[in-house]
Amino acid sequence: MIRLEHITKEFSSKNKKVTAVDDVSIHIQKGEIYGIIGFSGAGKSTLVRCINLLEMPTSGRVYFGDQELTSAGEQELRLARQKMGMIFQQFNLLEQRNVLKNICYPLELAGISKKDRIKRAKELIRLVDMEEKEKAYPSQLSGGQKQRVAIARALATNPEVLLCDEATSALDPITTRAILALLKRINEMFGVTVVIISHEMRVVEQVCGRVAVMSRGAVEEAGEVKEVFLNPKSETARRLILPDKDEAGSDAGRHSIRIAFDGQSSFEPVFASLVLESGIKLNILGANTENIGGRAFGQMLIEMPKEQEKQETVKKMLRDRGIHFEEGRDGR
Amino acid sequence: MNLQMMGLLADGIKETLYMTLVSTLIAYVIGIPLGVVCFITDKNGICPSRVVHLGIGILINFVRSVPFLILLVAIIPLTRLIVGTTIGSTATIVPLVAAAAPYVARMVESSLKEVGTGVIEAAESMGSSRLQIIYKVLLPEAKPSLLVGGLISMATILGYSAMAGFVGGGGLGAIAINYGYYRYQTDIMFVTVVFLVLIVQFFQEAGIWLVNRIDKRGA
Repeated sequence: MIRLEHITKEFSSKNKKVTAVDDVSIHIQKGEIYGIIGFSGAGKSTLVRCINLLEMPTSGRVYFGDQELTSAGEQELRLARQKMGMIFQQFNLLEQRNVLKNICYPLELAGISKKDRIKRAKELIRLVDMEEKEKAYPSQLSGGQKQRVAIARALATNPEVLLCDEATSALDPITTRAILALLKRINEMFGVTVVIISHEMRVVEQVCGRVAVMSRGAVEEAGEVKEVFLNPKSETARRLILPDKDEAGSDAGRHSIRIAFDGQSSFEPVFASLVLESGIKLNILGANTENIGGRAFGQMLIEMPKEQEKQETVKKMLRDRGIHFEEGRDGR
Repeated sequence: MNLQMMGLLADGIKETLYMTLVSTLIAYVIGIPLGVVCFITDKNGICPSRVVHLGIGILINFVRSVPFLILLVAIIPLTRLIVGTTIGSTATIVPLVAAAAPYVARMVESSLKEVGTGVIEAAESMGSSRLQIIYKVLLPEAKPSLLVGGLISMATILGYSAMAGFVGGGGLGAIAINYGYYRYQTDIMFVTVVFLVLIVQFFQEAGIWLVNRIDKRGA
């Protein structure tokens, strides 16, 4: 659906050149939800802007379906953009238009008659659950509501792709979850390919199928979210998964392991039974788990006993239960 | 104050309003496109062009830095060419427009700068053409701010129009100068100044009321 080939984007100011994106190649399949994750300044927002050419890459090619966008004319590019919706961290709604008229905007561009515009806009308002706010102006809406309107607007012209640039970063955790659920529903209902840019692992974890981890403009690792989450290979991915791991692991002589939950039943008291059955005292250094639909997602950082054999006992018990874990670096 | 004097003042008010409103209107007809072009040709604009941006900038600054009274005299040949005379309120419109249009262009440019870059980016991402961005995004989004700019411009033009009274322009300014200054009739001068203040005050209040009605930002 979207193919980025050797994309490089440099920004040059007076005396220095900054490479925001450095030789990135990504292939996003039709109908998937693809995540691009990285810390601030990793180049992910620039990369997503290279997809619809809001930023023209310095070198490399962008393909949308069979069409090469990097060589397309202005008119062709505009038409291609109408097939790619985009939502933003700051929502970017037209402040002087109400909800209905905001959603009508892309339909006006597409040259649809006023009657059909309003009909389509109302359908979308229903889709994003904003029926009561149809006549409201953006300044009267909460962040989550604004993002719903932005999503409706982005979907108005039935795009094949939806690009989300830090779309949930300005929202609280509960609203974030609701917006992500909406994106997932849209993906399933209409088969819209979704590209999600985020700096939060839990966002990517909740909805994405595949993910690319970016750092300093380059993709450090890419693959199935589950795979990256359970066995992160790059330093960036590790830090994104467990931000406080560095501090916890830095104490000399400590041996810690990271247990990852990827959808085990949250009703099963894994940790308690581990302690009780093994009789070994374990210390939780950090935990970050969420219960999504009765299944546990997240991770726990556990300090292991000093004795080698006790360590082996714990690891064996975890293996027997089919729970993924990863040993801390200083234990190796 | 006798009846004749009151008739004179009434005519003065009418002429002042005529000069101010017509000049503001024409200044906007010229100033809006100029301001828009200046805004979009900026280096981060939607249609960057260093040459055009710099060229318009220099032109605007050049006209703006000439004192109005000098400009008034300097373009007398142009005024005569367009209106056929250099005396009266219609003739005053030419220098007023010449002085106000660059001022308006700067006002328009600064209003457009208030429109968030994110909104423009969103419009681009939806496949808007440059013209559509100008007509459907920039100008409507900047409308309240443009109106506030319009009010400020109008008060400035009103002040200029009074100054034109010195060189044969009409309106309240001419009355203040002819009766108040040359004939030492301070009371007449006082009354005309009061009327000028009232006119500015009226437009300001009416304008702010209108802006508050149409602006959808903020609660």
